[in-house]
Amino acid sequence: MLEIENVSKVFPGRRSLFGKSEPVVALDQVSLSVRKGGCFGLVGESGSGKTTLTRSILRLDVPTSGRILFEGQDLASLSPAALRHIRARIQIVFQDPYASLNPRMSVHDIVAEPLVIHRDVMGLDNRQRTDRAVELLALVGLGAQHLHRYPHEFSGGQRQRIGIARALATNPDLILLDEPTSALDVSVQAQVLNLLIDLQDRLSLTYLFISHDLGVIRYVCDEIALIWRGKIVEKGQTAAVFDNPASEYARMLIAAMPEVRSAATRE
Amino acid sequence: MNAQGSVPESARRYALRRALFRFSQSGLSLVGLALVVTLLMIAVFGPSLAPYPEHLGGAVNTAARFRPPSLAHPFGTNELGQDVFSLVLGGTRVSVLAGLAVVMLGTLIGTVVGAIAGYAGGWTDEILMRISDLKLTVPGLILAMAVAAALGPGILNMVIAIALSWWPGYARLVRGEVMAKKEELFVTAARAIGAGPGRILFRHILPNILTPVIVKMSLDMGFAILTVASLGFIGIGVKPPTPEWGSLLSVARGYMPDYWWTAIFPGLAIFTAVFGFNLLGDGLRDVFDPKARR
Repeated sequence: MLEIENVSKVFPGRRSLFGKSEPVVALDQVSLSVRKGGCFGLVGESGSGKTTLTRSILRLDVPTSGRILFEGQDLASLSPAALRHIRARIQIVFQDPYASLNPRMSVHDIVAEPLVIHRDVMGLDNRQRTDRAVELLALVGLGAQHLHRYPHEFSGGQRQRIGIARALATNPDLILLDEPTSALDVSVQAQVLNLLIDLQDRLSLTYLFISHDLGVIRYVCDEIALIWRGKIVEKGQTAAVFDNPASEYARMLIAAMPEVRSAATRE
Repeated sequence: MNAQGSVPESARRYALRRALFRFSQSGLSLVGLALVVTLLMIAVFGPSLAPYPEHLGGAVNTAARFRPPSLAHPFGTNELGQDVFSLVLGGTRVSVLAGLAVVMLGTLIGTVVGAIAGYAGGWTDEILMRISDLKLTVPGLILAMAVAAALGPGILNMVIAIALSWWPGYARLVRGEVMAKKEELFVTAARAIGAGPGRILFRHILPNILTPVIVKMSLDMGFAILTVASLGFIGIGVKPPTPEWGSLLSVARGYMPDYWWTAIFPGLAIFTAVFGFNLLGDGLRDVFDPKARR
């Protein structure tokens, strides 16, 4: 469904009074393949290039080299109109549910906005959009009574549900989850994760799940890749990678995972 | 699939109803609204409400000079025996409407220039900002005088002249705010959904920078009214027989403190106008900014 072929992204160094700083290689020959209906986990630490990759997939950044194919179409070769149509089918849920919702827009307007932007595809009038917004809120566990509230009236978990509802509005096929739970309380994380798993089953979605939390990835994803300083250092089936890591980095990460032991064994 | 049942009205109507409700919750903003509406009504109908409409055209009554306030002349009479109440009513039109027009025009130009500069960045930004810097180096009143002198006297020319010296302040304000908001995650989110530049600017960025612009507008209304008065004082703008608060005040200056009513009432009119617009601005901010609500 989504093919990433040898994608590199280099940010040129800044020229200043004291000479030029080194160019930053954010992505180095990254190749991934996300299977339709699957959940692909991308694991890496801060600064490893995860976010640059999502920005490239959404074409908010243009890769320096390499190709990104969505259902066989090269995103770079698309006309602006065709790109807009593709954007209805690839959606994203951001890490920070506080900054990713416009504070001046009501929940209704936030959730209905993709429907307005893609009205040529969705073909809904004002009234139908309001109904669809209620339907989407119900899907993520919120109610019609939340429709006319503003983001600041919600908790972090609820805001993330609003973000998920917005991502689902246009019936997308692929959803990029950019650390969707890492800004949430641990107790809320589990609820949101379960919601995501449930939605994937019900709406037959494909996920590209980005996280630095191996535990979360192991819980949700069936395939994973490890990214380190812009390079993919390991990829494979989740179980295989966890049981039998090939690279030093993977072994290190897995060894560093906190384990839950009973009080008796700890003492 | 619509488990929650459908809602009784469309979201837009609900938002409007809610905004009106929120506005009506604050007594002071209602006072401001009442003052501003009254002023606008007087501005429109003032000359026909005046008890001595002939004085507005320049008629004098030297037998009744400097009468103190009485029932016949609630604000007294001036050095020409004209009814000050009539003059203040008649002067509302020039002062308030010209002030309003200046601020609106200045905001419009400034917002467009600032939004384009802040959003586009790069060379566009440089060029637009250097132009507005150039405007800022020339004192506003002098520039307005020069423009008004070039265009010739008249209310419209005066408004254009002041607005031309007024917009750079808004351009700088809006540019800075746009640049800050452009980097917000919700703007990235909108771009990822597929929103175009127009939608991002008008739906996501501009509503979020409305508060400082409205506050500046309400503060500027007073300055604009004063600038209109200043230009009237130096003889550019309104021709003498037409009453205008600023020129009424400046003439009355010479008769203080003995004939205080000739100065106090035009001054009170200016005060009321500025006060009303400030209260209204506060109320509007509460409606537009749900976060600032207490």
